[in-house]
Amino acid sequence: MKDMGRILLGHEAFDELVIGNTAIARAMVESGVRVVTSYPGSPTPEIAEAIRSMPADERPMYFEFSTNEKVATEVAFGAALNGRLSVVFFKSVGLNVAADSFVQLPLMDIPGGMVVLLGDDPGANSSQNEQDNRHYARMSYCPLFEPSGAADAYRMFKKAAALARELRTVVILRMTTHVCHAKEKIHFDSWNPAPPDDEPLFDPDYTNYIPLAATVFPMKRRALERLAAIEARLPSLGFDELVDNGNGQRGVIVAGLPFASVMDVLDDVALGGNTPGNEPSGARRPDVLRLGAVYPFDRAAVRSFLQTHDEVKIVEELDPILEGDIKALAFDAGLRCRITGKRDIDETMGECSPAKARAVLAAAWPDLFPAAAIPSAAPVGAIGSVAAAIAALPPRPAQMCPGCGHRSAFHAIKKALASGDITIADIGCHTLGSLPPYNMGRVLLSMGHATSTAAGLSVFNDTRRAVCFMGDSTFFHAGLPGIVNAVYNGHRVLLVVMQNGTTAMTGHQDHPGTGRNFSGDAGKISIRAALEGLGVSNIREVDAYQQAALTAMTREALEEPGFKVIIATHPCMLKFIREARRKPGWSARRVRIDQETCERIHECVEHFACPTFQREADGTVTVNPDLCIGDLSCRQTCPAAAIVPESPARSAT
Amino acid sequence: MREHFDIYMSGVGGQGIGLLAELLARAADHAGLAVHGCDTHGLAQRGGMVTSHLRLGAVRSPLVPDGGADLVVSLERTEAMRAAMTMLKTGGTLVWYDAAWQALDVRTGQHPPLEAADVMAAAKAKGAATWRVLVDDLPDSRMQNVAVVAEILRRGLVPGLGRAQVEAAMADLMAGAALEANLALLH
Ligand SMILES: Cc1ncc(C[n+]2csc(CCOP(=O)(O)OP(=O)(O)O)c2C)c(N)n1
Repeated sequence: MKDMGRILLGHEAFDELVIGNTAIARAMVESGVRVVTSYPGSPTPEIAEAIRSMPADERPMYFEFSTNEKVATEVAFGAALNGRLSVVFFKSVGLNVAADSFVQLPLMDIPGGMVVLLGDDPGANSSQNEQDNRHYARMSYCPLFEPSGAADAYRMFKKAAALARELRTVVILRMTTHVCHAKEKIHFDSWNPAPPDDEPLFDPDYTNYIPLAATVFPMKRRALERLAAIEARLPSLGFDELVDNGNGQRGVIVAGLPFASVMDVLDDVALGGNTPGNEPSGARRPDVLRLGAVYPFDRAAVRSFLQTHDEVKIVEELDPILEGDIKALAFDAGLRCRITGKRDIDETMGECSPAKARAVLAAAWPDLFPAAAIPSAAPVGAIGSVAAAIAALPPRPAQMCPGCGHRSAFHAIKKALASGDITIADIGCHTLGSLPPYNMGRVLLSMGHATSTAAGLSVFNDTRRAVCFMGDSTFFHAGLPGIVNAVYNGHRVLLVVMQNGTTAMTGHQDHPGTGRNFSGDAGKISIRAALEGLGVSNIREVDAYQQAALTAMTREALEEPGFKVIIATHPCMLKFIREARRKPGWSARRVRIDQETCERIHECVEHFACPTFQREADGTVTVNPDLCIGDLSCRQTCPAAAIVPESPARSAT
Repeated sequence: MREHFDIYMSGVGGQGIGLLAELLARAADHAGLAVHGCDTHGLAQRGGMVTSHLRLGAVRSPLVPDGGADLVVSLERTEAMRAAMTMLKTGGTLVWYDAAWQALDVRTGQHPPLEAADVMAAAKAKGAATWRVLVDDLPDSRMQNVAVVAEILRRGLVPGLGRAQVEAAMADLMAGAALEANLALLH
């Protein structure tokens, strides 16, 4: 079995099939990165997994999961002030949390150099939006580079980190979901580790580190001059790529993963004129200018590309940022090239997959591709047309796992609510409670918003009670200020902390309440003690499986004035079962439906809705043995008491 | 596009699509094929739909175009049908493990349960060859992915991919009893 951690620390050059996130971990090793911080969020957590796979005593860098992205950014910054090359990584929306500190970084002189590694999420695969973080680069004057694949990310990281270190500054490497997760065979260079120099170098006499009123301006000037200096060096840094197909008429400008999409679909357009195997389209393959340095971009290279083409199409994922700048550049230079960018709102939404790139290019140049094969409307069985059949398939949204304590809690709390009561969701696995059949938590902004949004909903409102939910990792991440506010301003809100002892949704990372950090055991910060320390006097605690108690408790709490908290605790059962399976002597447990007793009330399958329960066409309920973990949280929900533990003799493995 | 072979995999979070994808990608690599791929799991390790793309040959994007898969590999009945309808190329091949993990709408009674015949019909409408896999005595349901790989080998569904390469890929990814049990399943 391959030991990825050892492979990543190899001194010789090697080739390996990896995803972009793993490649980044090797790039960090080769670059001499000394400090890495993060807060978990898709699509980036596998970077931490790759770092974790390296044997702890040989790992050349310090790593921590910090309490949130702002804290992580500050820790990485502090280390870089001391001369350590540092990296902070997190998901797209993490930059909003980090922003207050992040926007200051380009003003600073950072001796170690620093890379902010972003996992943006065009297509909102696993995020609450698909924000385009290139805007932040511009507003803070932070250089930004964009790889278009996994191997490219590896090479670009090394260049970007070297540049940051040389210029004593911060740079952004903006990856996107399918760059982070793109898998390919990468050639990795050798690594010659040098003994680390860990001398704390911070020197506030060398340059000013306090941006305050008038002292801001020299710092801002330095940031802008640095951008200009980087732009001047771009031709020799090799971030960009020109694909010259000898087409003086048409060109495409593109960046990031869309470059791969564009190159793939242009393979269908002949270099010379005819489409291979299809009817001639008459069109020739456009030239392509791929920008790896996106902010600043190489204006001289773009200008000459515009000058040498009659028409240039900018294929840009998400917002028209390059488009605006390039059009302005052409206007200022008085260029005659016809530049087209986005045609409609749809071109501002979603990932630029090959299919989308094809549609965008075909709309700009209808003669480029032969008439695309239109999906046939052939009947599928008795269901009708293909499109209708696809639409008729039951969707499969993510859902809470079998045995999830959140499900048990929602089922119980729902019983205590009056019809007008308002439930407020937060971010985590428990957000899935907002989906049918639970419909618990009907509004969502961001991590930690729940208490304060609930507080606002309770103002001028004595009739519809506000109940909000929050996970334990989120409690520490961004939950505390809203709680303090609710205490301080006396908001009548019930907060249910859904404590499952892990950061579940992003892959079970530890947090300050788990008693462990990335390096090992750590003091456990008790949520109850934290709440008490903040002045919360009305606190109840319950195991989330104790549904009757939780229902009663919720009823009581809702009658009480002021701010109340229920801590509903149950370990994440996905994590629990995974760990239990590895222990010797483990044997699976399950429930079954006693068909004699079952009255087909369907409470289990319809309302409690553990995915384990299956409904046959005749209304019989069965238990899916692949899914059931025998946790018994369902047992109390059956009015007929037909859910019974499978006797050990009957259970399979 | 240039010569290549596209594989699209689908299933439900928890079924082991990630391992399936890694196994096929590594086996293809051992066979000397150029490999690009991408898991698209999103939030979906929580019982939602999980898919993975694997492209063998001279391509750049890790994403299989809609309706462009030469081979769809699925581990679940509804997801097999969805993938066959959306991703399978006309005249392609569908190989699927017939586990049925009912989607929510089926469990709440808003949608009738799907039958294996529905999947067959959907694949037939695409002119696809279909291989349904169901192993009665599988020691562990988490080995359904490898049962499908065994079928892929048996039927030669991925050009250039043989048993030796899959075994090498397995040895890259697992050890001990797990490796032995899965190797046994290949035969
Ligand atoms: C600012 C920000 N950072 C990170 C994330 C990614 N994220 C989504 S769910 C989640 C887990 C929250 O964990 P917890 O509050 O413990 O809830 P659980 O999933 O364990 O129920 C995180 C970190 C995010 N959505 N926003």
